[in-house]
Amino acid sequence: MCRVVDLRQAVLAKNDEAAQVLRTELTARGTTVVNLLSSPGSGKTALLERELLLARERGVAVAALTADLATENDALRLARSGVPVKQVLTDGLCHLEAAMLGRHLDGWLPGDTRLLFVENVGNLVCPAGYDLGESLRVVLASVTEGEDKPLKYPTAFGLAQLVVVTKTDIARAVEFDEAAFRANVEQVNPGVEVVLTSARAGEGLGVLLDRALAVGAGGGAHAPVMARQQHAEAHGHGHGHGHAHADAHGHSHGHGHDHDHDDDHDHARDEGHDHDHDGDHEHPHVQTVAQTR
Amino acid sequence: MHEMSIAMAVVGQVEEAARAGGAHAVTSVRLQVGELAGVVPDALAFCFELACAGTVLEGAELVTESVTARARCGSCPGTWAVGMPPELCCPGCGRATDVELLSGRELEILSVRWEDGPAGAPTREPIPEEA
Ligand SMILES: Nc1nc2c(ncn2[C@@H]2O[C@H](COP(=O)(O)OP(=O)(O)O)[C@@H](O)[C@H]2O)c(=O)[nH]1
Ligand SMILES: [Mg+2]
Ligand SMILES: [Zn+2]
Repeated sequence: MCRVVDLRQAVLAKNDEAAQVLRTELTARGTTVVNLLSSPGSGKTALLERELLLARERGVAVAALTADLATENDALRLARSGVPVKQVLTDGLCHLEAAMLGRHLDGWLPGDTRLLFVENVGNLVCPAGYDLGESLRVVLASVTEGEDKPLKYPTAFGLAQLVVVTKTDIARAVEFDEAAFRANVEQVNPGVEVVLTSARAGEGLGVLLDRALAVGAGGGAHAPVMARQQHAEAHGHGHGHGHAHADAHGHSHGHGHDHDHDDDHDHARDEGHDHDHDGDHEHPHVQTVAQTR
Repeated sequence: MHEMSIAMAVVGQVEEAARAGGAHAVTSVRLQVGELAGVVPDALAFCFELACAGTVLEGAELVTESVTARARCGSCPGTWAVGMPPELCCPGCGRATDVELLSGRELEILSVRWEDGPAGAPTREPIPEEA
């Protein structure tokens, strides 16, 4: 018999839930996650190298996890700072997901870590939709990438809680128009802070660390307009219970989620993942980074 | 690439619901895609077809409903279509402190049409390995 079943499930609901669980757990133990997004080559690793070293000098317990499609080069570079570093090879997957991150942290992340920097896969499209349980989402763009980058990748820039311009040492050579860049950021993400950095020349060094520590201390991160969508309809769980309404020859359908997710190995952290967690009211749709804190 | 992971997530969620609901063939999936969801519907449709292969969704149709992104400013009357690339500062007062995005971020499976009932019910094909 043919029937139409209302699902009303956010497509990324599982990731959103996993991210929320991870955020809650890590926050409770005093770890703040910083998710770094940019195109390949924008300078994420170079900036992180310097920030990690600085953190170490200041005695702040930090760690870094770097995701790449294939090579371990970034981890080797970051490990020179002497802080705990882990490489994740995504094996072709264009972004990290919360459950993957959770699995990689299990048994690796030192308990006293205050800041965990996550260098996401170099890409401004895919990672933007995946909350990793971060409390600060940073989007980077180098001066060589063009002032209109924020308009070309509005989802990425629109959800950023901090925008970092990199490689300012060569800004002049490439005629980087800072005012135009800032205006474009403002258009898609009004009010977000834009900081200028050069890993090479040292400009803006320590700002990332300071902002991350401030968020960790409860300072509250920027809430992007794009992450502030209100939901008119209060549809319940992100993982819907299908209500068949085509006809009512009622056998029990739906509720697939509660039990039989034996195949559900992507919930790295099932403990505490009870189904009546807060999510009921506000986690459909793409989970907003702004709900983060 | 991105649309592929979205498509696989859609298929996974529908499969789970179909299994729980005793469906043996899913014929269509309605998806709501906001303008600011960061998903290209055509690319998604292409990936969806691939992701459905060999599952209970094999051959299912994907119907996408796009949702215009609209916002409103707490200090000014009316709402505006934010467009693409989006303009999220209020066109009235130029500020954004009180701007609220009303729609546009949706990426949601609305409904699914499937065949269920006693095995052997007439469908397009005999029930294969899934059941
Ligand atoms: N001039 C200049 N080049 C930089 C700077 N930061 C990174 N680079 C170069 O940009 C390239 C990519 O940097 P990398 O950190 O690997 O980028 P990622 O892919 O975002 O991690 C490398 O060749 C770096 O040497 C900088 O501050 N100034
Ligand atoms: Mg790198
Ligand atoms: Zn206004």
